[in-house]
Amino acid sequence: MNVPIGQWLPFLMDGAVVTLRITVFAGLLAFSLSALSGMGRLSALTPIRWISGCYIELFRASSLLVLLFWVYFALPIAGLELSKTWSAVLAIGLNIGAYGGEIVRSSILAVPKGQYEASIALNLRPYTRFIRVVLPQAFVRMLPPMGNLSIEMLKSTSLVYFITMADLTYEAMILRNNYYTHTPIIFGLLLLIYYLMSSCVSWSVRLLERKLACWR
Amino acid sequence: MNSIYMPDQVAPAKVQEQPLIRYEGVTKTFGELEVIKGIDMSIYGGEKLAIIGPSGSGKTTLGRMLMTLEEPTSGIITIDGEKLWQMEDKRGRLVRANEKHLHRMREKIGMVFQHFNLFPHLTALRNVTLALTSVLKVPKDEARERAAEMLGKVGLATKLDEYPSRLSGGQKQRVAIARALVLRPKVIVFDEVTSALDPELVGEVLEVIKEIAEDRETAMMLITHEMEFAREVADRVVFGADGLIVEQGTPEEIFDCPRSERLQAFLGRFR
Repeated sequence: MNVPIGQWLPFLMDGAVVTLRITVFAGLLAFSLSALSGMGRLSALTPIRWISGCYIELFRASSLLVLLFWVYFALPIAGLELSKTWSAVLAIGLNIGAYGGEIVRSSILAVPKGQYEASIALNLRPYTRFIRVVLPQAFVRMLPPMGNLSIEMLKSTSLVYFITMADLTYEAMILRNNYYTHTPIIFGLLLLIYYLMSSCVSWSVRLLERKLACWR
Repeated sequence: MNSIYMPDQVAPAKVQEQPLIRYEGVTKTFGELEVIKGIDMSIYGGEKLAIIGPSGSGKTTLGRMLMTLEEPTSGIITIDGEKLWQMEDKRGRLVRANEKHLHRMREKIGMVFQHFNLFPHLTALRNVTLALTSVLKVPKDEARERAAEMLGKVGLATKLDEYPSRLSGGQKQRVAIARALVLRPKVIVFDEVTSALDPELVGEVLEVIKEIAEDRETAMMLITHEMEFAREVADRVVFGADGLIVEQGTPEEIFDCPRSERLQAFLGRFR
């Protein structure tokens, strides 16, 4: 059986680039939203706490696929038309950011009370307490769950197939149409490429963790 | 005379005009639980005041209220005659202190905790320099110098660049002492600083405190279960139980001729 992997690879690579592009942009959005909403939920100001709480509850509860459809198909009717890429980035970023917000919040809360008390005893300003004492410790706690979430996000980008974006999964589906008998190999390759990409993520997170947690 | 408590009955170590710190009718309630039931006491500049008493008698809360970690339910704490937890607003009314007021007042207060509370992500040296550079705006080089000198004073000159996780409990607590001391507060609260230590490490920490107690500038509030240590270091001892001061006096008065039954019973357990 002749398996024309050489002919498939360019297609798959094109798709992988799209997948990576969405992952990176959605990741940037998601992590910004995580930081804002996670810290916002702990804010002393009630409106900020309330808005952050609403965001997290709302977007964590919404199905990513439905959110994607909503952004891509419903927003244009409301007058806001986004490209496929930006629709994907927005939907995924909003959804993953809500999960991330909870990670940020719980990591900050997990910093022992004694650390706040020591920073008060040293007369640090509230801002310094947070930036120099709480955040560095909370950040290290965030890394493993954030790594998980990043991989989750990477894989969830395959849903953009449903708004006909030519991502990795989409390209594999096209190949499958043309080489039906090779379906197991094509999907095997697909799994392998996702595996390699998520390995890169977990590897970098582990590296970052080792570097930032040298004090443990 | 068998009076339970008279505020100025006991002469301070140095005869001084005005106490550095004064608690007046201070109470503290946590929910239903009244931990401090009305305390009047003074600490004079440079004085070493030991506070002893059974667990749960509110000793730690006294120190935490001074460090602004707990707000008194009622009563007044003053430092250098200035109210700690209250301030005057623009119209001269007494209102609850804001962060700015507390920040200014905290310059005079330091604290060493039972569980050290070192910053685990900073080296011993940076634990000590953090407040110097970020609060007192001391230039980095000078801060390093002062911190290194202070760490040398507590016997840790070779551990400057170690992270707390690599230090023993006794070493951690000595870093914490250096961290409080380097800011030169007028009073330092030592909150059961040896209670979390392995028995063989208690000595080294107490030695360091005795040493720094010799300089007569910093007042100390020594909340402790180490009776021998209290007797040796303190100028004056306060015995509290159930949120009240039961007896106070010089170490000799307290340890050698306790008047109240409570204190006699309490000391009996240490013999």
